[in-house]
Amino acid sequence: MQLFNELKTLGQQHIKADKKAGERVPSGLWIACPKCHQSLYHKDLGIYQVCPNCEYGFRITARERISWLVDDFSELDADMCTTDPLHFPDYKKKLEKARVNTKLNDSILTAIATIQDKKFGLGIMDPNFIMGSMGSVTGEKITRLFEKATSEKLPVVLFTASGGARMQEGIFSLMQMAKISAAIKRHSDEGLFYLTILTDPTTGGVTASFAMQGDLILSEPRVLIGFAGKRVIEQTIHQKVPNNLQDAETVLEHGFIDAIVQRRELKKKIAWLLNIHEKGDS
Amino acid sequence: MVNILDRKKTAAQIVAGARNQEKMSAYDLINGIFDDFFELHGDRLSGDDAAIVGGIAMLADKAVTVIATNKGESAQERMLTHFGCPQPSGYRKSLRLIKQAEKFGRPVFIFVNTAGAYPGKSAEENGQGEALANNLLEISGVKVPVITVIYGEGGSGGALALACGDAVWMVENSMYSVLSPEGFAAILWKDSKRADEAAEVMQLTPEKLLAQNVIEGIIPESHSHKRVCRAIRKTMEQELGRLSTLSTEELLAKRYERFRKF
Repeated sequence: MQLFNELKTLGQQHIKADKKAGERVPSGLWIACPKCHQSLYHKDLGIYQVCPNCEYGFRITARERISWLVDDFSELDADMCTTDPLHFPDYKKKLEKARVNTKLNDSILTAIATIQDKKFGLGIMDPNFIMGSMGSVTGEKITRLFEKATSEKLPVVLFTASGGARMQEGIFSLMQMAKISAAIKRHSDEGLFYLTILTDPTTGGVTASFAMQGDLILSEPRVLIGFAGKRVIEQTIHQKVPNNLQDAETVLEHGFIDAIVQRRELKKKIAWLLNIHEKGDS
Repeated sequence: MVNILDRKKTAAQIVAGARNQEKMSAYDLINGIFDDFFELHGDRLSGDDAAIVGGIAMLADKAVTVIATNKGESAQERMLTHFGCPQPSGYRKSLRLIKQAEKFGRPVFIFVNTAGAYPGKSAEENGQGEALANNLLEISGVKVPVITVIYGEGGSGGALALACGDAVWMVENSMYSVLSPEGFAAILWKDSKRADEAAEVMQLTPEKLLAQNVIEGIIPESHSHKRVCRAIRKTMEQELGRLSTLSTEELLAKRYERFRKF
């Protein structure tokens, strides 16, 4: 009986909720991996921001990536800013927010960089800048990077991350695909090496242009790679599509990328590839 | 019903006109403009996409390569062509024919009426992105004139991959945009029913695009298919005449400049 009474007492006891408790617990300590859904302590991701369970590389800013990727770099066209050609509602506000979050003026960082004394043109798209969408400035910076690399006979390494063309800039976004492709063709015709590394997510007009034009195409593990969005595909064929349809691992199986490389291995692999593709006269 | 002769149209009316069922089919268009069309099939890799029609034809006394996106006419044909949305094999077929044209010094004429590259499961598996990317890369260096006419819908990357040559013309009732007005409205206002408003914002009409130097010019349309074909043919001959005077280096330099300005 004693037991029952005690239970009753406990159950009936009114405990006043401590509403301020939440404020004392810092947020963001525990993160769920978006791919394997494992709960992770934030420090376990390490400097590379990689899920220790499934090797998925979290979406990091271009500035974070460059901090561990290269030995040295000098940034190009850092101040270039887009105009608002269509006077698109709220576009300027969106840009402003993205600039604060990424410390970039548009969705890509371009630079002349070195790894182990190998000099190369480098582009890193930032998925945190309006989902890495490709606007006129993105296109202009990539085109200038290739033109500079062509005239200085440098290889180019480009990290892609994009939701596709930036619809806020309408047809001008679309034209970037052709503009960049033509610059890549000139670079390629000089016998120069172009390496693309697909990071999460690489889709739409970026997949349909410079992401797939590399001499070698690498990807980080578990990256979303595709042309059309999953919802669009399902609406088109009126069927559910498998969740892994656009995973890097599936795309590798279908023969459209060369290899999947873990983030912590990238610097070493890039150095090796730059080394073996070095032109004899330089 | 949209009156295609009405000269002052809203963007929404242009969109409706571009999608009009009375638009000429790819075959009517090719046979109406060129003589002795001989169709060539297949991408030599995986198949033959009915959404891309291509082959060799005569323009006056000159052999040319002709490529057109095809929506099909019967319900069955439309299923087969995915309503004119090419698959990767379609883009690979068009690139094969363009490279063939380059080898034999034939100019290339491309006619575009597509809502975009086919966004299906099979298309993803067969590398739609790679197929489009390869077209953009290779066409930028092709050593013969490449002239495109958008004669209905010009949807996004799927249209651009066939409109990345030396000149792009649009017929009066046609559109060219980064995505459909429905998609645009869905993203902007979370309401795809406001497509008509979106069409205005997007600047997708031939007039707007001409003002931005995205296209070379506009070809007038009428109810008579014969007359439209004659107008297109005249423009094609003029453009070919203009481009034929250029050396290969000049041609490629101008093509580069055409997109470099954006």
